[in-house]
Amino acid sequence: MNINATLLAQAIMFGLFVWFTMRFVWPPITSALLVRQKQIADGLAAADRGKHELELAAKKATQELRTAKEKASEIIALADKRASEIIEEAKANAKNEGDRIVAGAKAEIDQEVNRAKEGLRQQVATLAIAGAEKILRREIDAKAHADMLSVIANEL
Amino acid sequence: MGFWALNVDTVLVSLLMGVVFLFFFARVATRASTGVPTGMQNFVEWIIEFIDSSVRGSFSAKNNLVAPLALTVFAWIFLMNLMDLLPIDLVPMLATNFGLGHFKVVPTTDPNATFGLALSVFFIVLFYSIKVKGVGGFVGELTLQPFGKYGLPANIFLEGVNLIAKPISLALRLFGNMYAGEMIFILIAIMGSTWAGFSLANATLFSSQVLLSLGWAIFHILIITLQAFIFMTLTIVYLDMAHQEHH
Repeated sequence: MNINATLLAQAIMFGLFVWFTMRFVWPPITSALLVRQKQIADGLAAADRGKHELELAAKKATQELRTAKEKASEIIALADKRASEIIEEAKANAKNEGDRIVAGAKAEIDQEVNRAKEGLRQQVATLAIAGAEKILRREIDAKAHADMLSVIANEL
Repeated sequence: MGFWALNVDTVLVSLLMGVVFLFFFARVATRASTGVPTGMQNFVEWIIEFIDSSVRGSFSAKNNLVAPLALTVFAWIFLMNLMDLLPIDLVPMLATNFGLGHFKVVPTTDPNATFGLALSVFFIVLFYSIKVKGVGGFVGELTLQPFGKYGLPANIFLEGVNLIAKPISLALRLFGNMYAGEMIFILIAIMGSTWAGFSLANATLFSSQVLLSLGWAIFHILIITLQAFIFMTLTIVYLDMAHQEHH
């Protein structure tokens, strides 16, 4: 239990250990801890920022969606209006066209009727003349009677 | 044995413990990653943060030596104390086979070890006292208070005792606790050592030894940690006082 040179040896060892710790152990570990602390703080801050941005984006998205919906309904209303307009227009056009066609057809029919009448007149005249010719062959001047008959045919 | 005798057991075991401590910590320090720490690094960082918060709590000045010093004190003393939990006769028995008789496995039960530490701390404290306050300031602190310059002899006496008491209490507290603890381990170990054939008395002694050494060892886990912690805290506090400009 004497105090002896062990004390000095112990003190020297202690000094060396402290020097070693101070030089090689403490600084790397504490700096690593500090760096990690900063990383974690940065990470948390980034997460917060991300969350905030997400909120903003969500808000913006709903707004965009709303405007888009409004625009879409506007467009649909416009389209409906335009469609009914087109339909009205088409109806009107069709009616005009139909009227025009009917009028054309009527005119043609009239023309045909006139032509047929004309033809009939001619034939009736010819028939009448032929008939009259056969009946009145002998005494009646064919020419004077044909004139008279054509006057009658014209009155038909 | 004169002054130049060397207690081989103390020196060897404390050297071994110091090397173990520095080996593990330096290993972690060289590989310290700033990413997610694993295993050993977690453990080492836990200790480093514990020491760091202790130093921040007690030491107000700025000095890069204090925290590594505190870590070394804590870890080294803890490991040396930890030898107390080895079965009491195991290492001495092995050492006897290698020709080392009377091997004491716990360095802190040798006052040389505790005084070696305490005096080193004491000289560091003196160094910083003089460095921070100057020779005049340090001498003035010793001589001019608490009674002013007319009470100089009383001041020197009081402050001198105050100063000397620091390393002595530091060394003797650790030594006393560990020595007494070891002594009780020895006394408990004696109980079963009288075993001579099976009898009720022998069986009672044997089972008491088992139970008592278990209980004392569990209690000792607390004591060895606490003693290492106290030594470290007082070292920090003394160094803090050395940095305080008067009170």
